[in-house]
Amino acid sequence: MNKIIEKEFITSDLFRMKVEAPEIARKRKAGQFIILIVDEKGERIPLTIADADSDAGWIALVAQIVGKTTKVLSLLEVGDSIRDLAGPLGKPTHIEKYGRVVVIGGGVGIAPAHPIAQAMKEGGNTVISILGGRTKELVIMEEEMKAASDTVIITTDDGSYGNKGFVTDALQKLIDDGVFINLVVAVGPPIMMKFVSKLTKKYEIETIVSLNTIMVDGTGMCGCCRVSVGGETKFVCVDGPEFDGHKVDFDEMMKRIQMYKPQEKEAMDRFLSE
Amino acid sequence: MDDKNLTPKERLKIPPQEMPEQDPAERINNVDEVPYGYTEELARMEADRCLQCKNKPCIKGCPVEIDIPEFIKAIAEGNFRESVRIIKETNILPAICGRVCPQEEQCQRYCIVGKSHKSVEKAVQIGKLERFVADWEMKNGEAERPEIRKSTGKKVAVVGSGPAGLTVAAEVRREGHDVTVFEALHKPGGVLIYGIPEFRLPKAIVMEEVENLKKMGVEVRYNSVIGKIFSIDELFEKGYDAVFVGTGAGLPNFLNLPGENLNGVYSANEYLTRANLMQAYSFPETDTPTANSRNVAVFGGGNVAMDSARTALRLGAENVYLVYRRSRKEMPARVEEVEHADAEGVQFLLLQNPVNLIGDEDGWIKQVECIKMELGEPDDSGRRRPIPIEGSEFRIDIDTCIIAIGNSSNPLIPDTTPDIETNRWGNIVTDDETMKTSKKGVFAGGDIVLGAATVILAMGQGRKAAVAINEYLETGQW
Repeated sequence: MNKIIEKEFITSDLFRMKVEAPEIARKRKAGQFIILIVDEKGERIPLTIADADSDAGWIALVAQIVGKTTKVLSLLEVGDSIRDLAGPLGKPTHIEKYGRVVVIGGGVGIAPAHPIAQAMKEGGNTVISILGGRTKELVIMEEEMKAASDTVIITTDDGSYGNKGFVTDALQKLIDDGVFINLVVAVGPPIMMKFVSKLTKKYEIETIVSLNTIMVDGTGMCGCCRVSVGGETKFVCVDGPEFDGHKVDFDEMMKRIQMYKPQEKEAMDRFLSE
Repeated sequence: MDDKNLTPKERLKIPPQEMPEQDPAERINNVDEVPYGYTEELARMEADRCLQCKNKPCIKGCPVEIDIPEFIKAIAEGNFRESVRIIKETNILPAICGRVCPQEEQCQRYCIVGKSHKSVEKAVQIGKLERFVADWEMKNGEAERPEIRKSTGKKVAVVGSGPAGLTVAAEVRREGHDVTVFEALHKPGGVLIYGIPEFRLPKAIVMEEVENLKKMGVEVRYNSVIGKIFSIDELFEKGYDAVFVGTGAGLPNFLNLPGENLNGVYSANEYLTRANLMQAYSFPETDTPTANSRNVAVFGGGNVAMDSARTALRLGAENVYLVYRRSRKEMPARVEEVEHADAEGVQFLLLQNPVNLIGDEDGWIKQVECIKMELGEPDDSGRRRPIPIEGSEFRIDIDTCIIAIGNSSNPLIPDTTPDIETNRWGNIVTDDETMKTSKKGVFAGGDIVLGAATVILAMGQGRKAAVAINEYLETGQW
């Protein structure tokens, strides 16, 4: 169960794994996530499913090393197993024929954006994907995104690949060029989703964002993942992870995901010193 | 002492035996269990207090109808193995129930000894005796396991491994049916593991009870969120003949106060799950962090509020305030839990209610504003209604706040199984006696039906459901 069948480092702190999980692979839909525990003393962390093959029985996970858990996960090798894997969790992306959909993936957020682009395409939409990264090597899954999109636009903060600038610059350009957009889906760092939503609000373009908050159980039991959406408290794990970007209180969310920063650092330092 | 020849008068003269327990100053520095339990001598002394009433009034107070006088008689005679056997005829989890049942509202409330002394506190200490024999069995070799009947080839899915689910699993397995328990988390036990703290219910006991079930042939599948990985209908497609839904209370309630999403504000579920299930008290030995608190406010007056407050002390908080809007007398928590919390230094702020949570610029809670209350006329619950005293607001400096005001039902199963009828609170509607839901082959029990109740009431419903499941599988009649 949960055996790692492939693993590759995309950059020194970004990696992709294929994990044997036939039941999840069969059941998962775009937008859903899993919760995993790496070992006996591990914490529960959510990771969005980046890809899956129901026939071959695997799911793909992409993670960035940001703390001890993702570090330990990255050290597992092909043939090792992830101790616990639960899912698929959360509500799937609502797919319908919108018309033209812009799917925006920022950095590691490109991974969860991938199945959404796939599903939107399968749903009969024209998909324009904007992939953004700080630098060239952080623009991941370009080939997969090309296969799932009609057009792919790439931006890097430093101009090392594609257009220099942010994903919002590319989106602004599409709007300025008169491209009619029915829906924007943005997945990436909260700050990126905040500015995408701010921009689309101005042009009244419907916008969906996929939130990645701290979770414990992931089934609605603890409320750790709560966010304010349109002034109401929602649980990302059961009400989300996707919400109307124009209604999410990103500032509150960004503070909440910083909540355990000192402990996260302590755990990482301790691990690295061992 | 020759126990058998005691007269009722002599029995009534024996005072209730106390369990020795860890000193409060000591125990707030560890997570070990507070009471040590009876010794054999104390247990036999306590058992001698039982009058062996012919009409056994205590049994009607027990949701699972244990033959209480019989098991106590066996203790008095020193026949502990026989005593456990009697209990296990109707209760598969005595080590757990002996610790967490509210006996003062159940069996002990009907005890004639208590009535003679005009004090329920002086009733025969049935719960402590139950705990004693259950612990005795665990310490003295292999636990007695019920006989399993010849395989029927029928399969039952139990959703949730809390007290209701574990009871159903055992009772249905006994009849020779195959049982698979689907647990959403990575450990079994439901609220017994994530909710009730180690110092009140050692997790090793829960794990041992689950091991016993596995030895009976029950299969337990972890990380299986039913409603997500399989729907109820898919369980039937996979060949299960009946399904029991015991998914528990689920979603935590919040107060809908300003500032409720500030950092440092927890639901009791989250706070306890971090500490218990994820063992955050051992951080950084374990990976799950929790708040490094100095000043903690807990809102609520039930057992979960007491558990949260006492956990906060053990996690190193200097001041733990328990804010409750009525007086101590109206608290829904067990008297024993309130006394334990009091002895450990939890500061009770009674007749006070939070109205506002105030944060700093970084989004952390720094103060709670409370208002003082007075008690008016009794409300629907029979308790006097708390009324705010205008202009009495005041603030307390805190860095952590824990909201322990109950749970609503988890929508995962009802959402994915629309033909299961729920009431307006989202609880599953069942027949009172058979625990049948509106969907053929599906039974439910525990907090998903009751709202937030107790371990033993969940087990009581589990027993009823098991009887009905066994009958349904035998006759095929719905």
